[in-house]
Amino acid sequence: MLRAVFLSFTLLLAGWSVAQHELHADTLSTANDAEVSTVEAIEFNAGQLIMGHIVDEHGWHIAGDLTLPLPIILYDTERGFSVFSSARFEHGHAAYDGYMLHDGKIVAVDASGSIDEAASANIWDISLTKNVVSLFLAVTLMLIVFFSVAKSYKQRAGKAPKGLQSLMEPIILFVRDDVAKGAIGEKKYARFMPYLLTTFFVILFANLLGLIPFFPGGANITGNIAVTFALALITFVIVTVNGNRHYWRHILAMPGVPAWVLIILTPVEIMGMFLKPFVLMIRLFANITAGHIIVMSFFSLIFVFGATSPVAGYGVSVVSLLFTIFMFFLELLVAFIQAYVFTFLAALYIGGAVEESHEHKESIV
Amino acid sequence: MFLVSLVEPSFGLIFWMTLSFGIAFFLLAKYAWKPILSALHEREQSIEDAIGEARKAREEVAAMKAGNEDLLREARAEREMMLKEARDIRDKEIADAKGRAKSEADAMLARAREEIRNEKNAAITEMKNQVGELSIEVAERILREKLGDKAAQQALLDKVMKESDLHLS
Repeated sequence: MLRAVFLSFTLLLAGWSVAQHELHADTLSTANDAEVSTVEAIEFNAGQLIMGHIVDEHGWHIAGDLTLPLPIILYDTERGFSVFSSARFEHGHAAYDGYMLHDGKIVAVDASGSIDEAASANIWDISLTKNVVSLFLAVTLMLIVFFSVAKSYKQRAGKAPKGLQSLMEPIILFVRDDVAKGAIGEKKYARFMPYLLTTFFVILFANLLGLIPFFPGGANITGNIAVTFALALITFVIVTVNGNRHYWRHILAMPGVPAWVLIILTPVEIMGMFLKPFVLMIRLFANITAGHIIVMSFFSLIFVFGATSPVAGYGVSVVSLLFTIFMFFLELLVAFIQAYVFTFLAALYIGGAVEESHEHKESIV
Repeated sequence: MFLVSLVEPSFGLIFWMTLSFGIAFFLLAKYAWKPILSALHEREQSIEDAIGEARKAREEVAAMKAGNEDLLREARAEREMMLKEARDIRDKEIADAKGRAKSEADAMLARAREEIRNEKNAAITEMKNQVGELSIEVAERILREKLGDKAAQQALLDKVMKESDLHLS
């Protein structure tokens, strides 16, 4: 609810900046094209800033004109692999080796510099983008943290936890006792613990890394639909592979339901199979993205008001900052909650797939 | 155009995400989750065992205490019984001794009485005999003296009577 209000507020803000931009364009209609373009360049566009932050990029913008170039890795079905630095594109202004950055996507261009749609379809872009590098960072951090935790478990066998170990232990126990045992059941939970723990901590680490506002953090990893898609896909595979006889029977032919109802019910159940991971994907993506948008919007307010008058900018900055800090803490909470929700729902779906038949009657009612 | 790119999953990121998740999964499952979860399990088990053992020990101590009390009570009862027995035996012995002494005394008394009676009878018999003899002697003397003096006869009688007194004693 709160989120929806903020989201619509953000869109309003973006719309307002666009309207202002149009206003400027109108007033300058007598001026020539070159002049219009310079005005556009100076104009602060909150929508563009926010979106630029939310979406993935080739090259990591650190501050001002400082951008960390990242490796571009392309596989062209006709031309094979090509690897080069993202600096070659000069922020989308230059083509390199027949490729060009267009609206954040790599496309193929011909000699004259125009986009070749047919050749673009052959490109498989597996570049190490900002999100990929951030992801590696999160995973590396995770490996370091948990290897050290595992080491302290070995060294301090049978003793009380200490340091990092005691920070992680309650979370691990929470995932085990409240998520896995609760949703899957005492008998079968152990097999899924590695997956649930990995999922929980990957999401948590990525969420927290995304909250750090400066260079090594700040990437909107879990707020990227490709990332949540991959996570949901893995969950879908695990649920489907582990589905037992009862699970498939309930999907394909719900026992105790008349045949004519099955004509409707079975397609719905099959749809539900795909809908579950889809919901997982959307929930995580939307929650994290919305959080980032809100924080960025409050921040942008300063510059939007500052553009009208510096005094208004300074005045708003106090309120904006307070709101941003509030949102930051809220996002900190959301980072944990979303990691929990994703893991818990995944565990529920797994629990439904491996459940024994003792609840037949209940599901028919 | 940005909104489209927001909800359009890019292939590269899916690829890297799946790969890094897979690598993280296998590395963590083998080198982190397994030792951590087994260590947690072991610790919980050992704590549970320790609690169970403590409870057992406590129960044992309680049982021992109860046993001790039973033993004490038994010992006390036994002591009481032994004392009572001893008292009974003593009482009985005293009673026996008293009985025995009394019967012995009775017997002695009876014997003494018998003896006295016998002696008395013997004395009476002897006295009878002596009296008889004396009577005969007296009669003899009287008869003899009758021939003499009457006074002399009387003195004679007195003398004889005196002598018979001596004999009797």
